[in-house]
Parts: sequence; C-alpha cells; structure tokens
Amino acid sequence: MELNILTICYLIGSVTFILGLKMLSNPATARRGNLIAATGMTIAILGTIFLYKDDEGKSLHNYGWIFGGIVIGGIVGVLAAKKVKMTAMPEMVSLFNGMGGACAALISIVEFNHLTENFATNGWQVLTGENLFSHLLTIYAGAFIGCVSFAGSIIAWGKLNGSFKDLTFKGQHILNLIVFFLIICLIILLLTPLFADNYNFFYLIPLLSLVYGVLFVLPIGGADMPVVISLLNSFTGVAAACGGFLYNNQVMLTGGILVGAAGTLLTILMCKAMNRSLGNVLIGNFGGGNSAAAQGGSGGQYKEISVSDAAVAMGYARKVMIVPGYGLAVAQAQHACHELEKLLEEKDVEVKYAIHPVAGRMPGHMNVLLAEADVSYDKLLEMEQANDDFKTTDVVLVLGANDVVNPAAKNDPSSPIYGMPILEVEDAKLVIINKRSMKPGYAGIENQLFFQPKTSMLFGDAKSVLQQLISEVKNL
Amino acid sequence: MNEVLSWISVHEQYIYIVVLMIFLGIEVIGRVPSVLHTPLMSGANAIHGVVIIGAIIVMGKAESDNYIALILGFLAVILGTLNVVGGFVVTDRMLEMFKSKNKAQKANSRKLSN
Repeated sequence: MELNILTICYLIGSVTFILGLKMLSNPATARRGNLIAATGMTIAILGTIFLYKDDEGKSLHNYGWIFGGIVIGGIVGVLAAKKVKMTAMPEMVSLFNGMGGACAALISIVEFNHLTENFATNGWQVLTGENLFSHLLTIYAGAFIGCVSFAGSIIAWGKLNGSFKDLTFKGQHILNLIVFFLIICLIILLLTPLFADNYNFFYLIPLLSLVYGVLFVLPIGGADMPVVISLLNSFTGVAAACGGFLYNNQVMLTGGILVGAAGTLLTILMCKAMNRSLGNVLIGNFGGGNSAAAQGGSGGQYKEISVSDAAVAMGYARKVMIVPGYGLAVAQAQHACHELEKLLEEKDVEVKYAIHPVAGRMPGHMNVLLAEADVSYDKLLEMEQANDDFKTTDVVLVLGANDVVNPAAKNDPSSPIYGMPILEVEDAKLVIINKRSMKPGYAGIENQLFFQPKTSMLFGDAKSVLQQLISEVKNL
Repeated sequence: MNEVLSWISVHEQYIYIVVLMIFLGIEVIGRVPSVLHTPLMSGANAIHGVVIIGAIIVMGKAESDNYIALILGFLAVILGTLNVVGGFVVTDRMLEMFKSKNKAQKANSRKLSN
C-alpha cells in the first residue's frame, strides 16, 4: 500500500517536471511552471522520506540527520537565493548546479563504500552477475560526472565573479585528454573485475574528475561561461539519472535525463544565439593573447560629448534607441533608464530598446533587468528587428555594452568574435556610447566603433550619467 | 554479443524511459525564446536537484555506527537541498520580473487615453 502511494508520488513528480519545463519555455506560463515543478519535487521528496522501503522492506531511519540536512540546506538556499543581486544570478545558478553535482558524486562514493564493505564481510567471490556490472558502471559514472560538474561549476562561478582569471598554457588540451583517458582507463580497470586488491583505486576517480573539471573550464573565456554553465547543468542531470539507475528510482531517472537532454539542447541554442558552435566555445580560446595583440595597434582618436550636448541631441531627436549591456546591470541603472525613456516619450521622442541575445552575462539578462524597471515589453526589440530600425534612428545610446556592437564581428576575420551577429548601431545618425573608461569589453578586444566619426563617448557610471541626462532633459 | 542483448532485454524498461525522455526533453523546450534561456536553465537546474532523493535514501539506509556514510550522506542531503530550494527560489525571482507585463500594458493604455 505505502509503496503504491510512493509510486504515485514519483509519477506526479515526473509529470510535473515535464509540465514545468514545458511551461518554463513560454513567458506567459513560466512562473507557474516553476511552481508546479517545485510542488512535484516536494511531493516526491516527502514521499521518499516517509514511504520508501529498501529491497528488504525496511523503512528509512536517521530521520534526525535527514531533517537536519534539509533544514540547513533549505535555510541557506533560500537566503542565498533571496539575497543575491540580479547581476549575480548567473553565478548563483552555477553554484547551485555545483552543489547538485557534488551531491550525486557523494551518493556514488557512499554506495561504493557500502558495496565493498559488503564484499569484505561476505567474501569477494560473490562478485558475479550482470547486475553488478551495470551497478558498478553507474556508480563510477555518477562519481565522474558529478565531480566534473562540481569542479567546473565552482570555476565558472569564480570566473563570473572575477576571482579566477582565464588560464591557458601550451599543451592544455593534451593534458585534458590525458586526464580524461586516465579516468576512462580506471573505470575499465575497476569493472573487469573489481576485487580486494584494486578497489581502493576507485577513490582516484572522483579526485581525477575534480582535476578534469577544473582543467576543462579554466581555459574557456569568461564571456562564454553561460554556455559552460548550461552544459554542466545537463551533466548534473545525467549524474542524477545515474542515481536513478542505482536505486531503480523512476523520478530521479526521468528528471535527470529530461534535464540532461533539455540542457544539451539549450546549450546548443545559446551557442547559436552567438553564431558559434559548441566545439568552438569549448576548444577555441576566446579573447586569447594573439588576437588582443593583433588589435592593439589600431586605436585612434575618439571624441567625447558632454552630458548637456547628449541631452539636447536626444531631446530633439525623433527616434532614440537604447542599447543596454552589462554596464547597465552592474550600475543597477535600469530604473534611471526607464525614467529617461518616459521623459523622452513625453517630449514626443520615440524610444526603443535594442536587445542583443547575449547582452549582459547571460541570454535574457537584459530583458529580466528592464522588466524589473517596468519597461514595457513592446519597447524591447530583438536583434533583427532592431537592425532594421537603426537606419531610421537619430540617436543610439549604448549603455555599458561593448562586444555586442563591435563591428569587428562583421568585418575582421581575425577577431575572436568574428561571425557573431551584432547590433549595427553605426547605421544610425549619431551614436553615443556610455562606458566607464576606454578599457576593452569582456572579450578583451578593442572596438573600432569608438573611433568612428559618428561616435561620441560619454564616460561615467551608467547610473550617474543617466541621472545627469534626466535632469538635463528636464531643463530643455 | 549475447550478453549485451540479454542486458538490453533485462533493462528494457529503463532503456525505453531514457530514449523517450531524451526526445521529450528536446521537444519540450524546442521553441523557447532567447529571453527565457536564463530562467529555463535555472529551472532545469532546480529539477536535477531530484538527486536529493538519492541522498535521502543513502542517509536513511546508513547504519548508525557508520560515521563515514553518515557524514557523507548528511553532506549530500545539505547540498541536494541547496540545489533544489535555491534553484527554485532563484528561478522564481527571475520570473517575478516578467509579470510586470500587464502593468506595463495598463500604463500604455493610460498614456493613449491621455
């Protein structure tokens, strides 16, 4: 009876995960979808705690430990998720992903210990049967994938918040391959067969996997971290599915594989938005040393514009396009931006936002940010639409965006961002670029746009510049 | 060869689930607009937190004198909960921003009536 109820709990869980993902891919239903998946998760977890019976029909014990862990994890999780700033969301997702990976790896390690203790007491000759083979394989796979995901996510987290720099050195890819093959060899060695003399080698698998995770993410440029996080996300999904095999647990299996597949597709979609292939992201060293050198000599003269001149240009324009970027997010200037937009609209200036799919640190970052400031949906133009509109635009205001408006992506084949579709702001009559300094953007490459005659620079923090602009426009 | 075939028929049910879930996962998010990439990733991140169920089972099965299993299991439960709870809350916070769509539309219609 109890087991039947548990089966239904798991069924509900699996269905809500599918439904939740489906609803998450539509703006109108996304929030409800998330809640539905969370409800299903709660049902599945509670069902497991109270109704689970192992193969011998025994219920779970150690309730104190279980609830203690859930309470600690729950409180820390809610606090961390509530406190984090909008700009730091991507890091947070990466960190949570790493926790899931570590959890899967720990499960594998405990199960392995359990297995070997059993053998130590009952003798190693019981080591037969086909089930053992797949049982061991899922344990190894769980440890491997979980640890890679954990280490990789921590590095991705560190890169996004600036504590780790990109690190590339000669022979890096070869070293990665060697570590990878070592892990595969270990897995094969421990499968054929496992016995009293070699089982201690198992602990090398998680260790080497951690090393591999670090090596895997370290050379990838910070600007590509969203893609990496999405990929590691699908890895953790597969690691969770390994747990599903281990315990014959359908909800873990469906949830894990579902995320594994959806995450992989999402990773590919993100790469497509940048017009790059996944292989190019993972192997090509974005913003490496040689490209920076190639661009270094091509600087030139740029001109500055004063706040009041910029305000006049915008106040008397017919159409103004705002191109937001990471600088806007860092300065938390979305509200000031919306205020300027309203002010200009009152002066009969048409104001639109041009959103590059990868502006900010993550796809959709800008949409979330501007929606927070109550900017209307129909004011946000996607890239293709915006590129058509630039031709009839009088003033483009670029707020803390750089790589997404860099013409090198169109006309410099040696540039690391060559081929990425960009916002063609130079089609407009006047381009005002707000940046904190002339330092290159996240990809570390010089932007020729800044030196074009149409372009004027407006230096300063996005928020304070916007506030000055607002008061100047008011005085017009 | 024979072993592989028998392994497949023994695990037939799982293989079906895996294959169907792969197709479903791809199908379900196939037409997601790029605006939702980040929240979707975060939501998927929370869903793979189901791994916590494994952690609970590990914890609940551990003998009370096996300290290594207890400590590792306890850690696993904490980390799994962090993944689930944090994941869903962060996703909700991201999506909270999207609900202002209606408000913005109202503001627009007010502007038009002026």
